[in-house]
Amino acid sequence: MEYTLSLCQEIIWQSKRVFGRVTSIYIGGGTPSWLPVKLMEKIMDTVRDHFDVDPLAEVTIEANPGTVTCEAANIYQSIGINRISVGLQSAHNDELQLLGRIHTYDRFLRTYEILRQAGFENINVDLMTGLPGQTPGKLIETIRRVSSLRPEHISCYALIIEEGTPFYSRYRADDIRQKNGQPTMELPNEDQAYELMKRAQHELIAHGYEQYEISNYAKPGMACRHNIGYWTRKTYVGMGIGAASLIAPACLVPQIEGEEAGGMGLEQRITNIRHIYDYIEEASHLMAIDPQAQIEDVPIYDQVQTITRKGAMEEFMFLGLRQNAGISREDFYQAFGKPIDGVYQDALLQLKKEGLLETREGRIFLTEQGLDLSNYALSKFLF
Amino acid sequence: MAIDRSHIRNFCIVAHIDHGKSTLADRMIEMTNTLTEREMQAQVLDNMELERERGITIKSQAVRLIYTAKDGEEYILNLIDTPGHVDFNYEVSRSLAACDGAILIVDAAQGIEAQTLANVYLALDHDLEVLPVINKVDLPSADPDRVATEIEDVIGLVAEDAPRISAKTGLNVDEVLEQVITKLPAPEGDEKAPLQALVFDSLYDAYKGVIVFCRVKEGTMKAGDKVKMMATGASFDVVEVGYFGAGQFLPCDELTAGMVGYMTASIKNVRDTRVGDTITLANNPCKEPLPGYKKVNPMVYCGLYPADGAKYPDLRDALEKLQLNDAALQFEPETSVALGFGFRCGFLGLLHLDVIQERLEREYDLDLVTTAPGVVYRVHKTDGTMIELTNPSNLPDPSEIEYMEEPMVDAEIMVTSDYIGAIMDLCQERRGEYVSLEYIEEGRALVKYILPLNEIIYDFFDALKSRSRGYASFDYEMRGYQQSKLVKLDILINKETVDALSFIVFEGTAYERARKMCEKLKGNIPRHLFEIPIQAAVGSKIIARETVRAMRKDVLAKCYGGDISRKRKLLEKQKEGKKRMRQVGNVEIPQEAFMSVLKLDDDN
Repeated sequence: MEYTLSLCQEIIWQSKRVFGRVTSIYIGGGTPSWLPVKLMEKIMDTVRDHFDVDPLAEVTIEANPGTVTCEAANIYQSIGINRISVGLQSAHNDELQLLGRIHTYDRFLRTYEILRQAGFENINVDLMTGLPGQTPGKLIETIRRVSSLRPEHISCYALIIEEGTPFYSRYRADDIRQKNGQPTMELPNEDQAYELMKRAQHELIAHGYEQYEISNYAKPGMACRHNIGYWTRKTYVGMGIGAASLIAPACLVPQIEGEEAGGMGLEQRITNIRHIYDYIEEASHLMAIDPQAQIEDVPIYDQVQTITRKGAMEEFMFLGLRQNAGISREDFYQAFGKPIDGVYQDALLQLKKEGLLETREGRIFLTEQGLDLSNYALSKFLF
Repeated sequence: MAIDRSHIRNFCIVAHIDHGKSTLADRMIEMTNTLTEREMQAQVLDNMELERERGITIKSQAVRLIYTAKDGEEYILNLIDTPGHVDFNYEVSRSLAACDGAILIVDAAQGIEAQTLANVYLALDHDLEVLPVINKVDLPSADPDRVATEIEDVIGLVAEDAPRISAKTGLNVDEVLEQVITKLPAPEGDEKAPLQALVFDSLYDAYKGVIVFCRVKEGTMKAGDKVKMMATGASFDVVEVGYFGAGQFLPCDELTAGMVGYMTASIKNVRDTRVGDTITLANNPCKEPLPGYKKVNPMVYCGLYPADGAKYPDLRDALEKLQLNDAALQFEPETSVALGFGFRCGFLGLLHLDVIQERLEREYDLDLVTTAPGVVYRVHKTDGTMIELTNPSNLPDPSEIEYMEEPMVDAEIMVTSDYIGAIMDLCQERRGEYVSLEYIEEGRALVKYILPLNEIIYDFFDALKSRSRGYASFDYEMRGYQQSKLVKLDILINKETVDALSFIVFEGTAYERARKMCEKLKGNIPRHLFEIPIQAAVGSKIIARETVRAMRKDVLAKCYGGDISRKRKLLEKQKEGKKRMRQVGNVEIPQEAFMSVLKLDDDN
């Protein structure tokens, strides 16, 4: 409750700081579907009251199976949420248990049904490959079960064990063995993980999904606009704890008439403070702060990173090339005033030679192999 | 200033490592008030950080103590601390030659060890009077009676009134000082005779130049004298003479026969003042030099390369600086296709190599890549000439080789009887030739083997310790060369020979080594876009092979709510990793891969 109030304060404050039409909204991070619907209603009302939201905007909420009631689904619909992303991960309960999820596949099916009945016509289901003990057979079963429900969008991530997660400590021994090329106990090794990832890809495509990004698949025309915004470096305002933003000077409300906003003309990536009590405390002072204040005077900001022109080029490449459609030479030139083939001549030539990248009709994109090895390929675009 | 020779004692302390040599030296310094308590730093004589840390003495040190004995007289005690490791055997022998007596420390719990024997025999060879001392009697496991018997039985020294001390607590250390006066002889010599002084060490000082540590056997040396080094032929004008305070040099008027001290003469290079050389007067030389001088030659060679190629000049400067103080360190530039510019360096032994490498890394802040250490092989060619091979890359074509020889050592291993079998197995595996097995007392034996030096320079010490659970001690001495069937093992990565990984190996063990190397490399070379064969070859024959399979999947996880900084970090990490790679052909090899093959036996 208290947090929701703080969040609304930030929404109001940010609406005075930035301007421009909102074409997508994404309510995510944690499980926002746990939030009482009344509060969700308040948040959405605040956004609509203070921002210029496009009537056709894509508005997504993340939900975990079993956390959405009929009533909630109906209210989501009524407050303009038109897309819902369900974190299923697997259609096998033993795999869900290993992941520490509390839902079952049955609960997911019930949630999915509730959402369809409430009228959601754009549903995403998150899946994972490379789970401990996952066989190609089990993975394909998951995909067949889910795609038979015909969700509009499926995200399919390869499991990566990151340091600091409980999963990491549990499977650390295995991870080290894997790095040393030794057989692993439970986690699939590199070749098996590759196999699973590829099987998933082929199965999804066979079920009529188009891959538009390394891990994202959609029925034609149903790609996630918000996601594409990230890959194409559209500006966005993240609000709430730990939220990330990309702010360009052009979308800041000018300080004085006629003066160019942002001063330097460089974009900034901003992360809000992560701790909930600090956030509530700082947000309470927000109203007293001039929305045109210098960035360092905004108390809810934790990290601010100014993107240099080179940094922006790097991002343009390593984000844009994640998409199957890749990037366009023209867009690069528009953004930076330099031809891409001059800036990235060596990297482009090398990756082309290695069969990881192709150019066609003014577009540059990674090949299938290039997408499989995206880490390697994209690192070539860092200066 | 006339010093009565009968009131001087020049002595050293010999002991097995960890038996308390430096601790006893410290107590003696403390009890003779040579240093104030504030100046006292634990183990005064080991003044290199590395020496204190490892508990070994690398450079000889000396200190003068003034001791008022029970007879009421004041005595000058010159304590010369000797290096405690077989790598520095020659330095030890020269330090001993500068003394008239020695204190032998034996640990009351552990008894006599291999190094104890080696050192005490060395002392007896130099006709030193040996005063046994039993240390660590305060340990619960101490058995001084047994150790006293052992000293009498094994070495043949009278040990019944050997002081039983605790150097740590200071217990009975006064008795040691007293026996130094009563049992060790005063030096002999004639201060009027032509100068004859033995160089037992030297030290480079940025202000004074080389400081030569010497023992005057005959004659007198003072500032202004024109002196000549009899072996190197260099001559100098003496600027200063003096003696050793604890941690400082104290100038005095002259050094006369029987005294231990130092001299400086604006000498630029330690090479001119070799350990073992004899100093004499240029215009009134002694008839012949003191016996025992020899030029020390490196026994172990390896390539040292800066991890960052740009640091090559820094590495050269650092080696030059270390060489100022260490005449035994040799180096010459070499280049490797894989590692770039570096140096082939020669060392007295593995410990010496280790010490130099660590000093380069610590004191000069250099990150190094080391190639496998090797010994000096003699290659007899069909044309009748012989070359001394220090770098495997220089091995002539097999058709030009008549035969090869490798250096051998006489090894003595002291071990408790439970582990004799395990130790003999180890020596056998290392191509050892059994010589003898003697039981020196109930439950302990001295095992003698002839071993190829190249079999003990890798990991012999570690293997010895692990197979005897730490109950074996080891010492060795060079024996000479012996003909052997040796081959060069080359490593090919993606069909290209990696010169830095080549080494000379005994034909019979080549297969085993080759297999282990390939396995190790496989684990240390990251996957590339293509398959990489790792092969080991002798000549044109491939004897082992592993494959690093092609990389197929390398993807990043999802983007959390537009937070792209994690993605960037991962990509940057990947790119950063590439920078530290060495390029061989189109394969990028991480530095760790070069180092990993130095430790082939870790999993034993």
